[in-house]
Formats: sequence, structure tokens, C-alpha cells
Amino acid sequence: MNWAEQGPTRREVLRAIGMMAGTAVLYQAMEVLGHAKETQFAGPPNLQGARPGTKVVVLGAGLAGMLAAYELAKAGYDVQILEYNNRPGGRNWSLYGGDTYTELGGATQKVGFSEGNYLNPGPWRIPYHHRALLHYCKKFGVALEPFIQMNQQALVQSSKAFGGKPMRYRELHADWDGNVAELLAKAIDNRGLDSVMTKEDADRLRIALREWGALDQNFKYSKNYRSSRRRGFERAQGGGVLGEPIPSDPHAFKDILDSGIWRTVAQHMNIDHQHAMFQPVGGMGMIGRGFAKQVEGKVRYNQKVTSISQQGGKVTVMHTDTGSGVTSTTEADYCVCTIPLSVLSQIDVDCSPGLDAAIHAVPYSNSVKVGLEFKRRFWEEEEAIYGGISFTDREISMISYPSGKLHSDGPAVILGAYTFGPASYKFAGMTPEERIQRALEQGSVFHPGRYKEEFIGGATVAWSRVPFTLGCCAQWNEDTRKEHYQTLVAVDNRLVLAGEHASYIGCWMEGAILSSLDAVTRLHSRALEA
Amino acid sequence: MRFVLFAAVLIASPALAQKPAKPAPAPHPGAEVYQNICQACHMANALGGEGAGKIPALAKNGALEAAVYPIMVVTGGKNAMPWFRGALTDQQISDAINYVRSNFGNKYKDKVTPAMVAEMGVPAPKGGMREQ
Repeated sequence: MNWAEQGPTRREVLRAIGMMAGTAVLYQAMEVLGHAKETQFAGPPNLQGARPGTKVVVLGAGLAGMLAAYELAKAGYDVQILEYNNRPGGRNWSLYGGDTYTELGGATQKVGFSEGNYLNPGPWRIPYHHRALLHYCKKFGVALEPFIQMNQQALVQSSKAFGGKPMRYRELHADWDGNVAELLAKAIDNRGLDSVMTKEDADRLRIALREWGALDQNFKYSKNYRSSRRRGFERAQGGGVLGEPIPSDPHAFKDILDSGIWRTVAQHMNIDHQHAMFQPVGGMGMIGRGFAKQVEGKVRYNQKVTSISQQGGKVTVMHTDTGSGVTSTTEADYCVCTIPLSVLSQIDVDCSPGLDAAIHAVPYSNSVKVGLEFKRRFWEEEEAIYGGISFTDREISMISYPSGKLHSDGPAVILGAYTFGPASYKFAGMTPEERIQRALEQGSVFHPGRYKEEFIGGATVAWSRVPFTLGCCAQWNEDTRKEHYQTLVAVDNRLVLAGEHASYIGCWMEGAILSSLDAVTRLHSRALEA
Repeated sequence: MRFVLFAAVLIASPALAQKPAKPAPAPHPGAEVYQNICQACHMANALGGEGAGKIPALAKNGALEAAVYPIMVVTGGKNAMPWFRGALTDQQISDAINYVRSNFGNKYKDKVTPAMVAEMGVPAPKGGMREQ
């Protein structure tokens, strides 16, 4: 869904206000209950006492697979991982200069980024409450740094407001809050809230609105020092003779409504986008590499799984080497399968009819990312935009400035497109070159005279054409959850599934990690009972 | 939805294209749907692709002979492929199916209509496309 394409409805405006009011309600609830619980992670599982010689085959060397292998090996199991790619990490992945990537259909890109620059085609940010992932990053020595999600200096562009001119997030946000506060204060003055609150509370709210919305003595949001401290000055505060600042004019509320800024503001209030957020130093793929060190020697790469059998009191996996074409068989007592359902649904899996139905019931979403490398950080040098995201209602939906190596010289990579909904299919249907050109064209609205002019080269990944997933993430809905989720996660004889698809934190690494820990814990108890 | 209007304009044109003057044939109304949606996976040449799993080729595809099959797959999805009921109109779905069944080496003469999609298609799931 590209929400930025539609104009605001009254209901949506109210929803945005509701989310703001909701923080106060939540705060009260927290005082009563202690704290809101932000994670289910209670620490690593500490599995122990595997029966000697018990073998487990793990399918997939993504985060779920490698963590399963690590925890099971620690418990004493004899573990072997089979991986389709020639590298660890799965969707946890960075493309660096010198890398080659061939998508389905055969288009091959040779990435030309400078040393140290990268595109994260998949995951690119880690919320502070993804504690399981954070735990293992620390344990496995993966260095993290802040990921800047929200930046008030970044831009918001809408074809429906300000003649399509990008505006500062700061100005739009300040004007949104100011105008909403003024309107609400007016409603109180007109006794519009008499039916829902006491006179005393209404008076308190009125005073609060003045402070929250930066209103003046007359409860108006107007051009003055107070509002400019939020939205910025016409002439900034300085020193000496011209030190006195000149206040700026707030935008008309109609324009602010048209801009859709409340969507961006509300998005940042979701728990998945709240600060602090992290990224690994040197690219998201560092997590995959960090995990891989823990299972060194246990992974066979370039192995395409063709069938999984549970006959004869064991698991038998048939797999073909993608280089040599040689087919082999791996036998084990148990199997942890982290192959995405998009691929697993095409493999002959010997399991219960219920699990078979579940494997075939979940479609995969699509998304496209484009990385664009520029000669220098003109967004930092000229516009003081350090990290964060500029939003647009164009198909690219956003551009994200690098959070790493801030304030440095030399080339840097911007995430130039992160598409949703129909735009993902449209972009994925293009050749890589066309995607890069389209992203450059659309993103240039933010930085005219610089974007195209200082562009060096790009890289792009369309998830529907990724050979090892054929899509982005498992796309559950209410109906499929009800009918298939519990069957999908249950241990099926000697087989258990794990990955983001076997979690309620879909499309996040944390989902893969928590799913994996839960799966190996249950598999271990099953193995001890046997 | 941007291409609804475009498709509607093109539907009106085939009758005019029959005139003896024979101007450049109007593009098939399903071509744009195919380019904007289908070729993200099935590729511009409809040959699909193969990696850890396979995206089936639509070119020279015998499974397309019975029109009900593509109607079921496009409206209801199949394995990794999401359903497009709701995301595309019945008109767009029938246009895309007709385009594929008469191109890429497929020569099926019978046409799928929006009414057939409405009748034989899988309804969009109540639970919606995805969780929020």
C-alpha cells in the first residue's frame, strides 16, 4: 500500500491525533502495570544434554538456520547446514563494490561502489527492542552503530502540496502540531468539549495545548519567536550586529493537510521506528558474517535442496550442488528447515497434510531497493542532513541518507528507493539499469542540481527476482494465521520449521531469531523424549 | 490505480482498428497490466526463472489452455504468488490473461471476460492482504 498516494481523510487525520493522545493513555497504563513489555526474549535457551551422536541437518544458512545450528551444536548435537547460496546470511546481506549479483531472468550487476560503501538489499535497521538479535550481535562480536531513522532536517515531498516542492519535515511537523493545538483550544473555547471533560480538565488541556503546540498568548499558532523555535527562523539566530533572529511564517493549515505530514509523524510513532535504532558498522551483512564464524566448518554452500523425507526413522535430504550438478543425500535424526515458504512449497516435503497445506498457504510480498552512489555527501555539506529519511509520494517512497561515516569526505551511498505495493511490481519488472535510472529521476526532486549531476553508479535488488527467496517476506493475514500458523510452527515428526515466516515479527530479523530459538528448544525436548 | 483509465480507453479502440487503412495496431489492453505487475516475476519474455525455486514460464504454457486455471491463479494466488483479487479489477485481470494467452507463443483463441473472472475467480480473503 502506498499510503502517500491518497489524500488525507478525516478519519486518517483523527487516527494520527489518536496516536498522539494514545501515548498519554499508554503512559497511565504503564504506571499501573509497571512497564510495557517490549520483547519476548528472556535470554538464550541454554540447551544441554543431547544424546551423543544425534544428528541434525539445518536447511538454510540465514540467521535462523545459523543460530539453530549454533545452539544445537552447543547442546551436543552433530550439526550440518546446507545452504543454496555461496555465502552465509540469506536475506541478511550487503552488496559491496566488487560484488556480482545475478537476479532471476539473468540480469547481472557488477557493483562499482567505492571501498566501504554498500547497499543493504534486505534488512537495514534494528529497533532497540529487538533484544534477541541485539544479544547475539554482542555475543558474536558484531559492532553496531546508531541508525538515524527520523531527521527533522530531512524533506517531505508530495505531489499534492506546495506545488510538489519538498519541504522540511521540521516545518511541516511544527505547523501540524501548532494548528491542531490551536483548533483544539478553539474547540474548548467554543465549549465543544464540554460533553467529554470537566471544566477543570478542559482548562488544564488548554494550557497544555499552548505549550505543546507553541501557541501565543491568544492561543494562536502564529509567526513569532515561539513558533520559530520549532519550525526554524527566517533569519537564524546569530552574533553581533545582525544577531537578532527573524521569525518565519507558518504554512497555511490547508497546505499542511495536503502534505500528508501526519502520516510521516505517525509512522515514526510505531514501535518499530522509534529511536534508538541500530545498524552494524560496515553493512547489515556483517551480522550474517558474524553468525557464520560461530558455525564455521558446518556449512555446505551451493546446495539446492530437492526433497526432504522422514521415512525409516530418520530425515533424508536430497540436494544438488549448483556448481557441479552432483546430487547428494544427507541423513540426520532431525531437521530444522529455514527455507522460505516461497521455495519450500516447491520442494517435495514428506510431512503431515496439515503442514503441507500451511507451507502452500502463504504468499510472499515484494519490494525493490536501489542504492545510488554519489561523489560526495552534498546533503550533509550543503543541507546539513545527517542520516534519516526524506519521504515522497513518488514510487520510490523515500530516500535514506547514510547513517555511517557521518561528516566524512568522499563518495557515499543513498538508499534511493524502497518501494511498496504496486510500485514494487512495476520496479521489479524493469531491468536493473531502468530501476536505477527511475530512482535517480524520482529522487532528484529532493536535491535538484546535485542528484543527477553527482551520481556515480547504482545497484538494485528486486525481491521477486531474488533466486533464493522469489520474494520478500511471508505475507500472513488474519485468516491464514488462524488456519495454518500453529501447524506451521509445530514439530512435525522429525522436522521443525523456523524463520521470519514462523513468527509474528514478520520481515524482521528478530522474527527469524525468536522463531529459531523456539524451534530448537521444542525440537530438543522432542529429541530427549524419543 | 493509474492504469485503470488507460486500459478503459484502449478497450474502446479495437473496433476502429479494423478499418482498411490499417494504422499501427493499438497495444493490447493487457500489455500494460503485464508490464506493471506480471513481469516482475514472470519476466518481460514470459520465460520465468529458476533459482532455489522456480517461477514458471507463461510462454508456450499448456496449463493456460483451460481459461479457468489462470483465472484461479491470478485471483487466488498460488504458493509464493500473492492473489491479485482486489489489487486489480476483474477487467484488468481478464485483459492480462487474454494478453498472455494470445502472446508469448500461446495461441488460445477463446477470450476471458470480466464476467468470467467475477464468476470463477477466488474471492479476496476477508483477512486482507497483509497484517499491519
